[in-house]
Amino acid sequence: MKASPRTYMTSIALVGSLLATSACSSSGGAGEEAHLTIATVNNPQMQDMEELSSHFEEDNPGITVDFVTMEEGDLRAAVTADVASGAGQYDIVTVGAYEVPQWGAQDWLLDLTEPLQEDAAYDVDDILPPLRDALSVDGKQYAVPFYGESSILMYNKEMFAEAGIEISNNPTWQEVAEYAAELDTDEHAGICLRGKPGWGDLFAPLTTVVQTFGGNWYDENWDAQVNSPEFVEGVEFYVDLLKEHGESDPVSYSFTECLNLLSSGKVAMWYDASVAASILEDPEASEVAGQMGYTHAPVNKTEESGWLWSWNLAVPKTTKNADAATTFVKWATSKEYHQLVGEELGWTRVPPGARTSTYSIPEYKEAAAAFAPITLEVMESVDPTHPGVDPQPYVGIQYVPIPEFQDVGNQVAQGVADAIAGRTTVQEALDSGQEIAQTAGDKQK
Amino acid sequence: MRTNPETPTPSRPAVATLPTQAPLAMWGGAPPRRARRPDTGGAAAKQTARLARGLVLPGLIFTILLTQIPFVVTIVFSFLQWNQLRPDEIRFTGWDNYAVVFTGPDFLRSLGATVTITGSAVLLSLLLGLFLAVLLDRKFRGRGLARTLAITPFLVMPAAAALLWKWLMLDSNVGMVNWSLGLFGIDPVQWNTNYPWATIVIVLVWQYTPFMMLILMAGLQSQGRDVLEAAAVDGAGPVRVFWSLTLPHLRPYAEIATLLGSIMLLQVFDPIAIMTKGTGGTKTLSYLLYERAFIGLDIGQAAAFGVIAVVVTIGFAMITLRSVFSIFVEGKVR
Repeated sequence: MKASPRTYMTSIALVGSLLATSACSSSGGAGEEAHLTIATVNNPQMQDMEELSSHFEEDNPGITVDFVTMEEGDLRAAVTADVASGAGQYDIVTVGAYEVPQWGAQDWLLDLTEPLQEDAAYDVDDILPPLRDALSVDGKQYAVPFYGESSILMYNKEMFAEAGIEISNNPTWQEVAEYAAELDTDEHAGICLRGKPGWGDLFAPLTTVVQTFGGNWYDENWDAQVNSPEFVEGVEFYVDLLKEHGESDPVSYSFTECLNLLSSGKVAMWYDASVAASILEDPEASEVAGQMGYTHAPVNKTEESGWLWSWNLAVPKTTKNADAATTFVKWATSKEYHQLVGEELGWTRVPPGARTSTYSIPEYKEAAAAFAPITLEVMESVDPTHPGVDPQPYVGIQYVPIPEFQDVGNQVAQGVADAIAGRTTVQEALDSGQEIAQTAGDKQK
Repeated sequence: MRTNPETPTPSRPAVATLPTQAPLAMWGGAPPRRARRPDTGGAAAKQTARLARGLVLPGLIFTILLTQIPFVVTIVFSFLQWNQLRPDEIRFTGWDNYAVVFTGPDFLRSLGATVTITGSAVLLSLLLGLFLAVLLDRKFRGRGLARTLAITPFLVMPAAAALLWKWLMLDSNVGMVNWSLGLFGIDPVQWNTNYPWATIVIVLVWQYTPFMMLILMAGLQSQGRDVLEAAAVDGAGPVRVFWSLTLPHLRPYAEIATLLGSIMLLQVFDPIAIMTKGTGGTKTLSYLLYERAFIGLDIGQAAAFGVIAVVVTIGFAMITLRSVFSIFVEGKVR
């Protein structure tokens, strides 16, 4: 069938004009009065930011702030669609480390290099260098880390003491599986691991497991390695551990669910984002505050296995309130904001892993003694250019920074979820995953 | 197949057949023949008719624009290669996207999931709704309150209902369902992991039973008491009355409830996105479309899936409407 070029152009123009009119009507005028809409993820640090945003509104009369809070997967879908289509619904978006370099290269985000460097009080050089590098393309910084994280093993010291187990400082996955078997009782599960399908859910920790088992998504020539023996071994290990000693109903579980389970003392260990530690140590939010121990991510064939991730604030180019939006981004990532969180909400709730100076605030060092040193230590020791055993053609640990990866990761994760439920085997799930991954890999060649 | 479903009988004024003609025409039935107006013959009547048509025209044009332009745009999109993260590589790609739809495993699996989930949820909620409607049609103290309570699930937003079931009811640690099962010594069930399909159907049945109940209750209330009394006088027991009188009387109501319920449930999305993420046979067409468009970011493929889904739905609807549903088939109406 031949589509006449004119019909095609007309319809594009029509859609374009519709989008344009809706964009105009939804945003207010620029200048003094500005109404900012922020899309953000439903993690506790972001909820703190929402709670404290009234301080920003007081300091900046004329600017009002509105938060749209979503689950990680929904946020990603909503923000990508909004930014890619140029709809301009949001003035500030919360973007993961995965998207920033891709979106920066597409010229979708405002270049923040100058506004950040011009302001001496803001002290942009204080931001952790590996994160700044990850968020820059050709020396232009497109986003500011709100908080950064690695992945660590969190464990309930009291349960370990009760069972009489000594945990090593750099545990292997085999050791962790043994601990989990011993700690799995009627009162609590042995370990909590993410099982909810999604590349950012299940596959964030699972990719690090695969990498330390010697597998990876792609080899140096962008050939998919998803059903290689190492990849299969890693996934089988994870699935078996989850089935035998993990939480009940794992397909429902991601970060938030595991956090709830751990903070109510119903599980002994948890391998997940280091940022969780600050919530587990908050006596108001957690029943296990003070009982927790933290150590490096478990390994198999590599020295380290933690990931490197940051949630960042960026300003889409489509915003009508660029100045006000930049002001807010600077406020929310400033040293003063960290002080504000500490004084208003408690020092353990300061966003971690973004600024070096945070780790020298005396109150923070004292309050976060349990997890601050290990967070900084792990974040400085992981290598995003070569996290696994074999070299890889991209920079990134628990993700592959190509547009197709979220689709690939998502579909393979659904297969793994079926394997967790016993509807298929890991090998079958990964065999069909291999085909999906190869199609995406071919586009990078 | 009948070619001319509406042969107006002379004794019947033609105007009266209009309401049944319109839906048929909408679903691609025979074009409605111009109804013969009662022959009043005056020029004044013609003028009134012209004025009426003129008044309706803007609304009609507006509706056509509003409903058909997006569809036409979708068809255009379905012939494009267009990944949202690769804006430089948008181009015409012929039938490639449709090839993916028909050769890949996703579409048929998804169609199956849609049919089984919609079908089971509609059927179960219809049966439960009938049960509740019959119960709540009886006179008892507190009936008003009971009816209001029974309707509540339908008023809860779908996303809120899904969250409610995820955390409050089906959670494996603190969920009330597993707690109740525990009272009978049954081990906790991992609903979402092991029974995702049943999980979705349970939530949907809970939400849509009140809807079915409402419609069936309206049917029950329109049943003449004199008929029931006459049946009782003739010696029919309650079961016989229900079977031979009430059920046939309820048929058109049950049909309209099934039709509306199916239309709404075909689009179900919230519980799948919130609870199962499309695993274990719960990836319905609407969730598949969402995945292709917002996770795959592949506009072209999503549009192709959408077009095929629309074609299949219309075809399916036409066949069922014209064969099964008495309310759309003239002559079968009581």
